Amino acid sequence: MNEAARIPVAQPAPLLSVRNLRTWFHTFGGVVKAVDGVSFDVAPGEILGLVGESGGGKSMVGFSIMGLIDPPGRIEAGEIVFEGEDLARLDEARMRRVRGKRVAMIFQDPMTALNPLYTIGNQLEEMLKLHTDLPSARRRERAIEMLREVGIPQPESRLDNYPHQFSGGMRQRVVIAISMIARPRLLIADEPTTALDVTIQAQLLRLMKHQVTQNAASLILITHDLAAVSQMADRIVVLYCGRIVEKGRAADVIERPRHHYTRGLLDSIPHHDKAQARLRQIPGSVPDIRKLPPGCAFAPRCPAAQDICRRVEPELVETATGQAAACHFPIEAIR
Amino acid sequence: MFGYLIKRLIQMIVVLWVVSVLVFAMMSFTGDPTYMMVPLDATEEQIAQARRLLGLDESHLVQYWRFLLNVLQGDFGRSFVFRQPALQLILERLPATLEIVFLAMVIALVVAIPLGVYAGANPGRPLSRAVMAGSLVGISLPGFWVGMVLIFVFAVRFQFFPSSGRGPTTELFGLRVSFTSWEGFRHLILPAITLSIGTLAILMRIIRAEMMEVMKQDYIKFARAKGAAQKGVLFKHGLKNALIPLVTVFGLMLGDLIAFATLTETIFAWPGIGKLLVDSIYRGDRPVIVVYLMFVAFMFVVVNFVVDVLYALIDPRIKIK
Repeated sequence: MNEAARIPVAQPAPLLSVRNLRTWFHTFGGVVKAVDGVSFDVAPGEILGLVGESGGGKSMVGFSIMGLIDPPGRIEAGEIVFEGEDLARLDEARMRRVRGKRVAMIFQDPMTALNPLYTIGNQLEEMLKLHTDLPSARRRERAIEMLREVGIPQPESRLDNYPHQFSGGMRQRVVIAISMIARPRLLIADEPTTALDVTIQAQLLRLMKHQVTQNAASLILITHDLAAVSQMADRIVVLYCGRIVEKGRAADVIERPRHHYTRGLLDSIPHHDKAQARLRQIPGSVPDIRKLPPGCAFAPRCPAAQDICRRVEPELVETATGQAAACHFPIEAIR
Repeated sequence: MFGYLIKRLIQMIVVLWVVSVLVFAMMSFTGDPTYMMVPLDATEEQIAQARRLLGLDESHLVQYWRFLLNVLQGDFGRSFVFRQPALQLILERLPATLEIVFLAMVIALVVAIPLGVYAGANPGRPLSRAVMAGSLVGISLPGFWVGMVLIFVFAVRFQFFPSSGRGPTTELFGLRVSFTSWEGFRHLILPAITLSIGTLAILMRIIRAEMMEVMKQDYIKFARAKGAAQKGVLFKHGLKNALIPLVTVFGLMLGDLIAFATLTETIFAWPGIGKLLVDSIYRGDRPVIVVYLMFVAFMFVVVNFVVDVLYALIDPRIKIK
C-alpha cells in the first residue's frame, strides 16, 4: 500500500522514519528478536517516548538507529530513513558523520559514559574536533558556553576537571552537553535519569527538553518510566518483547490506553492524588524472548486473554485519532 | 610529593642494606675464593699473603663491617681480578646492556601494542587467534634457543647479521655506544630480538586481556556514538585505559632484562653487565657480585618509582602520596 498517500500534504515530512525494523541477535541459544518489525515516525521538533519493561528491546531500537549494534546482533531488515537517507544501509565511514553530528545519544549511566582519563573539556571538544573545523580557541569557548547552558557552575574552571570530580547528576549534565554541542537534529536518550537520584531526575528531564526545543531538534526518550514520559512526550510508542503493542499521542495513550499492557504499566505508577492501598502490578514477568509464545506475546500475562490471543498474533490497528494498539480485545474508550 | 620522595629514598636505603646483608651471607657459604686467584703451584705462604691482600683473612662480620664503612664513604670495593673499583666496572659495561635492552623493549612495544590492541578489540578473528597462538609460542621458547636459531639462520646461513661481539663503538656523552654506526647497529639486532621475544609475548597477552575488558565499557560505546573513528576509539579511549597494568609489567620486565640479560649476552658474546656477572661468578670475584646485585636492587627501586609516577600521569584518579 502507498504509505505516502496516507500522510496529509500539510504535515511536514518526518525527520526520522523507522519502517519494519528487525534487529536480531544470532546466539547459540537461538535467535533473539530484540526488535521485531517496529515502525514509527519522529517529526521535526517532536518528543517521542519509547516505553516498555527492561528487556523489551527499547535500547536496541536506539542502538539500531545509531548503527551501534554489536555482533552477534545485526539489523536483519527494515529501513531507518533519517532526513531522506536510509541509515541502515550507510557504510561505517558515512555513518560516523551521522553519529554525534546529526544523531546523538545519551546513555543510562553517567558514571561510566565518560572516559575517566580525560578532562571533560577534552571530551566536549572531541565532539567539535570530530564534526566541525572550529579552531582550538573557539572550541574551548563553545565548550564553556555549552557547560553553562546545562547548568554547570564555573564552567571555565570545571572544563579542566576529570569526570570523577563531578557528582552523578553533574556528570549527566556533562553528557547532555557533549551530545548537544554539535547541534544534532535528533537526540536519543536511553534511560537518561534511571541511574540518578529521584530529586534530580525531573531537573535533568527539563534540561533535556529545553536543550532539544532550543535547538529545534527531536528527542527519542527511551524509558520504563511512564510518569516521566507523560510529562515530556508528544507521542508514545509502547514496546513489548521487541514489538510495538501501542502507539499514539501521549495524552491519548496515558489517559485512554487501548492495550492491556499499557494499562498494566499505568496502573503500576503511584498516584499521590488517589488513595490506593496497594499498587497493581502486571502478573508474571517478561517471557524468554528466544521462546516467545505463538500469538500475542503478552497473552500469558493478560487479564483479557482469550483463546485466539494464544494462537494469532494481533495486528497493529489504528483508530481515527491515530492511536494504534496490537490487541484482539482492545480496551474501548469509556466516555 | 616531597614526603613521597623521602619515603622512597628511605625505602631504597633499606632495600640496599638488606640486599647487601643477604649477598654477604650467601658469599660466606661459597668458600674461599683465594684459591681461584693464585697460581696452582702457589705455596701456603703465598696463599696466606694473597688472602691478606684481598682482605679475606678476617671474619665475615669484620669483612661486612669494613664493607659498610667503605660504602658510606662511596667506595664499593675493588674487583679481585681487574684491580679496578667494582662499581666502575659495572658502569663501564652498563651502556652495552642498556643498548640491547632498550632496543629489545622498543621492538616488543612496537609489535605488541598494535597486535594486542587488535586482538583485544576483535577477539575471535583469525588474526587475533594467530596472535594468541604466536604469543604462547613466544612465552614457551627459551631465550637461549631462540638466540642460537637466530645465529644459525641469520648469521651462519644468510650472513645478514654478525653472530657475536659488539662491533665498532663511538663515544656519545662519554659513553661507548654501538647504535650510532650501521655496523654497530647490525651487531645489536640479533641479541635485541632474542631478548624481546618473551617480553613481547607477555605484553601482547596483557594488552589483549586489558583491551577486551576496556572495550566493554560504556565510555567506549559513547565514544563510538560521538562518531569517533575506530582508531581514535581504540587508541585514545581504549589503550590509555589499558595502560596501568601494562606499565606495571613493563617496568618489572625492563628491570628484569637489564639485570638478567645474562644468557643472551653470553650467547652473543655481548660485553654487557650480564656477561660481567657470569664471568665474576666463575672467577669468584666477590666485590663485583656484591655491587652488581646491589645495583640491580637499586635499579628496581628506581623502576618502581618511575612506574608510580607514570600511574599518576596516566590516571588522574591516582595521587602520589
